[in-house]
Amino acid sequence: MNKTIQRPGDTIFRGTAVAAATTILVTLAAVGIFLTIKGIPGMTASPEEVKHGTTFLAYVAPLVFGTLWAAALALAIATPVAIGVALFISHYAPRKLAGPVGYVIDLLAAVPSVVFGAWGIMTLAPAMRGPYAWLEDNLGFIPFFAGPASATGRTMLTAALVLAVMVIPIMTALCREIFLQTPRLHEEAALALGATRWEMVRMAVFPHAKSGIVSAAMLALGRALGETMAVAMVLSASGVVTFNLISSTNPSTIAANIALSFKEASGLSVNALIATGLVLFVITFAVNFVARLIVTGPNRAKAAKS
Amino acid sequence: MTTTLERPQKDQPTSDRPFKQSKRIPAGSVWVVWTLAGLALVTGFVTDLGGAKGFGLAWLIAASIPAMSFAVEGRRKATDRFVTLLVVTAFTVAVIPLVSIISTVFAKGFPVMSSEFFTSSMRNVVGEGGGINHAIVGTLIITGLATIISVPIGLFAAIYLVESSEDSRTAHGLRFLVDVMTGIPSIVAGLFAYALFVLFFGEGVRMGLGGAVALSVLMIPVVIRSSEEMLKLVPNELREASWALGVPRWRTILKVVLPTALAGIATGVTLAIARVIGETAPLLIIAGITDSVNTNPLEGRMATLPVFAYSAMMNPGVPPEPSIARAWGAALTLLIIVMALNLIARLISAFFSPAKGR
Repeated sequence: MNKTIQRPGDTIFRGTAVAAATTILVTLAAVGIFLTIKGIPGMTASPEEVKHGTTFLAYVAPLVFGTLWAAALALAIATPVAIGVALFISHYAPRKLAGPVGYVIDLLAAVPSVVFGAWGIMTLAPAMRGPYAWLEDNLGFIPFFAGPASATGRTMLTAALVLAVMVIPIMTALCREIFLQTPRLHEEAALALGATRWEMVRMAVFPHAKSGIVSAAMLALGRALGETMAVAMVLSASGVVTFNLISSTNPSTIAANIALSFKEASGLSVNALIATGLVLFVITFAVNFVARLIVTGPNRAKAAKS
Repeated sequence: MTTTLERPQKDQPTSDRPFKQSKRIPAGSVWVVWTLAGLALVTGFVTDLGGAKGFGLAWLIAASIPAMSFAVEGRRKATDRFVTLLVVTAFTVAVIPLVSIISTVFAKGFPVMSSEFFTSSMRNVVGEGGGINHAIVGTLIITGLATIISVPIGLFAAIYLVESSEDSRTAHGLRFLVDVMTGIPSIVAGLFAYALFVLFFGEGVRMGLGGAVALSVLMIPVVIRSSEEMLKLVPNELREASWALGVPRWRTILKVVLPTALAGIATGVTLAIARVIGETAPLLIIAGITDSVNTNPLEGRMATLPVFAYSAMMNPGVPPEPSIARAWGAALTLLIIVMALNLIARLISAFFSPAKGR
């Protein structure tokens, strides 16, 4: 092997490929570094110097709460539905229907977020006013529905619903892929032993897909955490911390707050916004990291490679 | 080879089979109930009964299947049928908002569409009239630049991952970084582009090129992922045959591997474009919005379709109706572009890909 000829073409080509790979590394490092450099002045700024008039911690805490709360709600709504739809496509629907339906779901994953936002504010929010009033009247003793019900429908629950509708196609696509990978023999063995279709799904499909479902949910969570426009358009926000789902005072999310405040911000306020962006980056990074760890955990790393 | 099969005893009556046929609901009646439920659902949405009541009625009708099954077939079968009902319910619940979104956008966006809408900008327009020409131009320029930046970097990085060092630790690390990059929220990409460009152009910079950089941060990992998958599908025999003929590695990649994977890569790139063309948040931050056509990505604010739709809807001015109508028009245009790109991607992979294999 030591007689391998080194051709200049190879060297150049390899150099280009390495350069491209390095660019990724540099870009990612740059994202972290630039956000940190520009964010630190915002973090250390005194309350008098910035528009929001508080320390950074007091500023970002309600936003972090809102981000996590909205994403968690969206995930709680989306997960059962997405698993159901994925099962429908992979195991329940007639074959002829499953293909086109899967394609349409894929297509919906590509619908721009601004379209979801427009739909949320113009169609969903007005439609939810009635149900919110009903929830306040009948279930008002639960803190989530304490009210007073919003007159515009632009509440936390509406935002979470829009987020859920957005992540359902993504989660469905991932779950469907995993369900379809269930070993055929396991399914047939279960059916041959007399299991009904549901028992087959419970005994063969779910155990196989468990880690896949969790990672799909985590990826969807990452998506919901970082989603900007839908929340910015739908939610009528004020910087409060509340679990109330149907009132007109809601916590904002980090991403939506940046989108809404950036235009008017100047000086150190911009730095503070960039610092909140850094916080969001760290949160999504952690979520994605955990998701990847679940997919390619120590016992699965070898299986995933082959 | 000489063994003879025992003849089945024909004189045995069939009723003596060891298994007893369990009782079943006739399949026909199940389909009748499903059809009735479907009709109730459609009636709810078409007539003034209301979607919610129609949905409830449909669900009650469909719930009779597990109830009947429990009476006739027993608990296990009834559970199975109940889960089927739940799965179908989940599907319906998911489809209703999605249908509502598409129909709303078409219903509200279509009336605005006219030749004037596509050929004029918003310059000096107050109230009625005006169009999205400037936004379309901006979207094309920014997305085009992002594609020009992302495709070479993404493609070469994918080649590095697949061709140079499949199992090495650097490749493993790079894959991890690409995963991390996939998870960057779009608004953070916008902030990054802003923080970068502020260094060169000072506070409050707004620039089309910055938008392209932000979109590239989002687009590169998508391109790498899809290209990598496609390059992996190229059979190793092709590479080995080429090397055996004495063809250098780089020519093998250029003349054998890339042409084989080209259709798949083109599909992936098209889907990546479709994904970033609808991004609003980063462009809102770094490219901003303006009323006139701006063809220079290095100078000043640049309108794009998603940002136009957003600002026309959220800051409609007085009177608000024409502006909101234009926002729906822009949203519909964007939706059609995204759907068309997805369709193109499908067509590329259907017509040009070699035989499928997994």
